[in-house]
Amino acid sequence: MRTDLAIVARMVGRNQKVLDLGCGDGELLDTLIHQQGCSGVGVENDPEGFHACIDRGVPVTLGDLEQELSATESGTFDCAVLSLTLQAVRRPDLVLAEMRRVAGRQIVSLPNFGHWRLRAMLTFSGRMPVTPLLPYQWYDTPNIHLCTLADFEALVEDAGMSVRQRVLLDADGRPAGRRKGLAGNLLAEGAVYALGD
Amino acid sequence: MAPADGVGLVETNRAVVFSDDRPLRLQSGAELTEVEVAYETYGELNRDKSNAVFICHALSGDAHAAGLHAGDDPDRPGWWDNIIGPGRPLDTDRFFVICANVLGGCKGTTGPSSTDPATGRPWGLRFPLVQVRDLVEVHRALLAELGIDHLLAAIGGSLGGMQVLQWAIDHPGELDGAIVIAASARLSPQNIAFSAVAREAIMRDPDFANGDFYETGRRPDSGLGLARMIGHITYLSEASMREKFGRRIQDAETPRYGFDVDFQVESYLHYQGQSFVERFDANTYLYLGRAMDYFDPFGNPVEVQRQLARGDTSFLVLSFDSDWRFSTGHSRVITDELRLANAPVTFREIESTQGHDSFLFAIPDYHATVSGFLDRLARERDIP
Repeated sequence: MRTDLAIVARMVGRNQKVLDLGCGDGELLDTLIHQQGCSGVGVENDPEGFHACIDRGVPVTLGDLEQELSATESGTFDCAVLSLTLQAVRRPDLVLAEMRRVAGRQIVSLPNFGHWRLRAMLTFSGRMPVTPLLPYQWYDTPNIHLCTLADFEALVEDAGMSVRQRVLLDADGRPAGRRKGLAGNLLAEGAVYALGD
Repeated sequence: MAPADGVGLVETNRAVVFSDDRPLRLQSGAELTEVEVAYETYGELNRDKSNAVFICHALSGDAHAAGLHAGDDPDRPGWWDNIIGPGRPLDTDRFFVICANVLGGCKGTTGPSSTDPATGRPWGLRFPLVQVRDLVEVHRALLAELGIDHLLAAIGGSLGGMQVLQWAIDHPGELDGAIVIAASARLSPQNIAFSAVAREAIMRDPDFANGDFYETGRRPDSGLGLARMIGHITYLSEASMREKFGRRIQDAETPRYGFDVDFQVESYLHYQGQSFVERFDANTYLYLGRAMDYFDPFGNPVEVQRQLARGDTSFLVLSFDSDWRFSTGHSRVITDELRLANAPVTFREIESTQGHDSFLFAIPDYHATVSGFLDRLARERDIP
């Protein structure tokens, strides 16, 4: 399993009702449902991922995660997961608010645009950074709302939510060790956050 | 797909599933002491009886879902032939597929045109009202007759999907999978309004004779034809009508200007109405239409939740974006209610232009989704 997903799976825990937004091929939900006693459903807008979910026996809706969120009743889930997708939605702040409405806990992972290598690329080449984690050109990237970890944490605070746990990720999506505050924003390629009220 | 590649020659079988000593008690409390069922099967039941797939048909369907009857036009196979057969989603090399005419029907299963054993005359409107739940109980009685107590899946579109849904709720554990297509858990006021007009068309026909037309030598063809025309408008989409007919004039270049059938779409509706009355019973139309009107399987959500918790049926709910009879909103309600009851539900809206009738077409995305879902269920049961 993708390492960052393993971290998410640990954060979710056992016997939870989970909504996985942008669930891809259903790998996370497969583990949660078949090994951790969870129930849940995924949302995926790519037909290939949708079919992979069916093949794994993971319940899924083919469609847009923002539409799915607004169609979901408040408090339906224990936990809502958004893996490496927040930066690709039209309004990350609204998606976060919707996740909070439908689930008691929110788990969000995101790439860190504040990593020192990206800062250096922008500083020295004057061009938008292209990295293995963010392999797109500025004009064809689905990542329309890139942010730094510090940006994200500020949004969480503004929304009146709190970070319950933060796991920093290295370039391979493995835990990058514990660093506090600004050092993490400089040294981690991404992070997984467990949020709550 | 040519019918020749399908299941080939088939025949309709009959089984008596309820009788004097074991009557069918309906939801209404009424009893039927004689219920015969017409059904067809395709493929072979495997040794552990784990590969049975049951097809529930829609309002105007019958047991003849696939293949050809002896002497049939090879271009006119059963009504769902494109999904049934070797290599098709309901793969008869792997699955044992069963389709039965519903209770209240007019295609071999006991219904209002059957003989009331108490009087020796056709039931007519003295036939008791049936609910979707009653239809399901008769399917189950047929399965018991065939020695099958568990289904890999039940599948159906429209009224067929409603039966599948009711089955899954009433008998958790009997179905591994429930495939509910273009269905509704609760008809909208608009649906009921259309249904009311169709019913009135039949009942106001002087030849309807309050349902006792069988021995009069006349039939309410005008009313039933009109009901079918109204129905057909709701089965197609505006886009598909535009595509199929435009504003073209039937058999002419210029309009004839008058009140007779002139536009192609009118001619089509007339044809649908006329051909329908040749093969369908007006009373069956009333009974099954009413079963749909009253259908409300989530009326008691707590009970549904309790029921579903007892089994582990996986649901596949499908809708079509051009369907305005049972639009995606209807399938969303089914999906949301089931998920609220903690059932595993996969949901997809399929792109199509054929409206409510889409479920009868071999739309690649649609068939691939059904295939994938059945594959997964088959793998769980070690069906090769």
